[in-house]
Amino acid sequence: MNRNLILGSLLTAVFLIAALVSFAWTPFDHAALNIPDKLQTPSASHLLGTDHFGRDLLSMIMVGARTSIAVALVAVGIGMGLGVPLGLWAAARQGTLVDELIMRGNDLVFAFPSLVIAILITAIFGAGAINAIIAIGIFNIPVFARITRGAALSLWQGEFIMAARVAGKNAARISVEHILPNVTNLLIVQGTIQFSLGILAEAGLSYVGLGAQPPTPSWGRMLADAQTLVSIAPHMALVPGFAIILTVLGLNLMGDGLRDYLDPRLRVART
Amino acid sequence: MLRYTFKRLISLIISLAIASVVIFMVIEVAPGDPASFMLGMNAQPETLAALRSELGLDASKVERYISWVSGMAVGDFGTSYTYRTPVSQMIGERLWVSLPLSLYALTLSTLVAFPAGIYAASRRGQAGDIGVMGATQLGVAVPNFWFAMMLVLIFAINLRWFSAGGFVGWDKGVFAGLHGLTLPAIALALPQAAILARVMRSSLLDVMGEDFIRTARAKGLTARQALWRHGLRNALIPVLTIIGLQFSFLLAGSIIIEQVFYLPGLGRLVFQSISARDLIVVESVVMLLVFSVIVVNFIVDLAYAAVDPRLRSRS
Repeated sequence: MNRNLILGSLLTAVFLIAALVSFAWTPFDHAALNIPDKLQTPSASHLLGTDHFGRDLLSMIMVGARTSIAVALVAVGIGMGLGVPLGLWAAARQGTLVDELIMRGNDLVFAFPSLVIAILITAIFGAGAINAIIAIGIFNIPVFARITRGAALSLWQGEFIMAARVAGKNAARISVEHILPNVTNLLIVQGTIQFSLGILAEAGLSYVGLGAQPPTPSWGRMLADAQTLVSIAPHMALVPGFAIILTVLGLNLMGDGLRDYLDPRLRVART
Repeated sequence: MLRYTFKRLISLIISLAIASVVIFMVIEVAPGDPASFMLGMNAQPETLAALRSELGLDASKVERYISWVSGMAVGDFGTSYTYRTPVSQMIGERLWVSLPLSLYALTLSTLVAFPAGIYAASRRGQAGDIGVMGATQLGVAVPNFWFAMMLVLIFAINLRWFSAGGFVGWDKGVFAGLHGLTLPAIALALPQAAILARVMRSSLLDVMGEDFIRTARAKGLTARQALWRHGLRNALIPVLTIIGLQFSFLLAGSIIIEQVFYLPGLGRLVFQSISARDLIVVESVVMLLVFSVIVVNFIVDLAYAAVDPRLRSRS
């Protein structure tokens, strides 16, 4: 076990647990307005302080973790669910029209940054968490397709693939039974990285009002609320900011750690 | 090289054509007729029909797509539904904020990332390397709009070195303009600098393991001389590719950063247009963003091939 993996997993676990616990219990009702207690700095009763409506920031962070994690997780799911099969397919048909079409399609999606996709989707369907998921998810597809194809291409040269071919397996079966298990480690590592990018993207989208809508709490919205009050209540900006930073840092460290743990060959060439 | 350029050019044109069709179709299915939105609920059918034909909304989809694309090719992006001014003029004004901001951020990120990456690589495994790498981990994890708010809190509200928002414009001189864009540019540059520093370091470390470096060392160069004379030049190729890719993130990132600083750039234009259902503006700005990303990547591909002849035959 390495230090990155332990520290990263711990940080990630804290936020996962906070999100899970929030379903059953939060210190206060995250949506309850309590104007007399507004803009309190952290204290014994409100551990992280309150916002301009007197809402408990710790409770909001816990419920907001749910939003962030759900959006990022589903977006990674979309990216993997569509990207991995496309990547496997392109690799199995390397150099053919199918391969070319898939890769050019990838390039095209890459030219639409997730924020631009989100803007387009919002222009049609309006803002919301579901649309944020779609926007981030679409952007994840080419990432997974590309990395799967890249890894699969070199695997196709292996002798065990030749053996499988001699045994009469077709390309689809080889892809699923022999290529996929060998790229799983890579996908887990990339999944962690995309998960952390998803958290950042969700925060950015809900900050500009394209993500989860009130009353659903989200870290990005909390920062948008904090902006005009930053000079009188800096804790309102610091609390969600640190929540985002620690979660993303945790996931990134975990990704680095997992990469080293799952593939010892990379330990030397680590970046 | 000519053959390669030609092939890439064809694929560039295809990409742009498909992107424009996708954007056009997405905006087409958007609910809400711009003409009825402009005239309100109680519009007379005749006035509505007149406005629709004035805006060209009564033409067929194919006709409108062709007129949109052919218009853009000569710099005519149509007329804004809400402001009744040419979209090209609105974009042109906003571009004078967004483009300098992105370039400023790109410059800052490069200026920070190059020394940081080189420093870390030359002290691999030592305290300096670990420090720089730790800082980049943090830099990647910080949301740039949150960092922007912190910069405002410290340097605008407390120290009063910069203004907290708005843009003075370029009429007050280049220095005043750049001064106004400094905090946004720093916020925008931070995550990109962190990524770039990591790429610089790993690329340098890769190159330093090559045979020609060993040859240089065998000739009697010190490790540092070999790094500066032979390592850096070869390590720059992947770094340049990343800089090209980062351009798209900077443009998109500037849309959010403009919100923090209330800058009158493309980002604000897009959000205003979405809420006013001024879809022709949304359509054109999105197309412009996608266009610049595709073209920048095309240029990077060509530059890459010019430097590294192996790539020409591979593609």
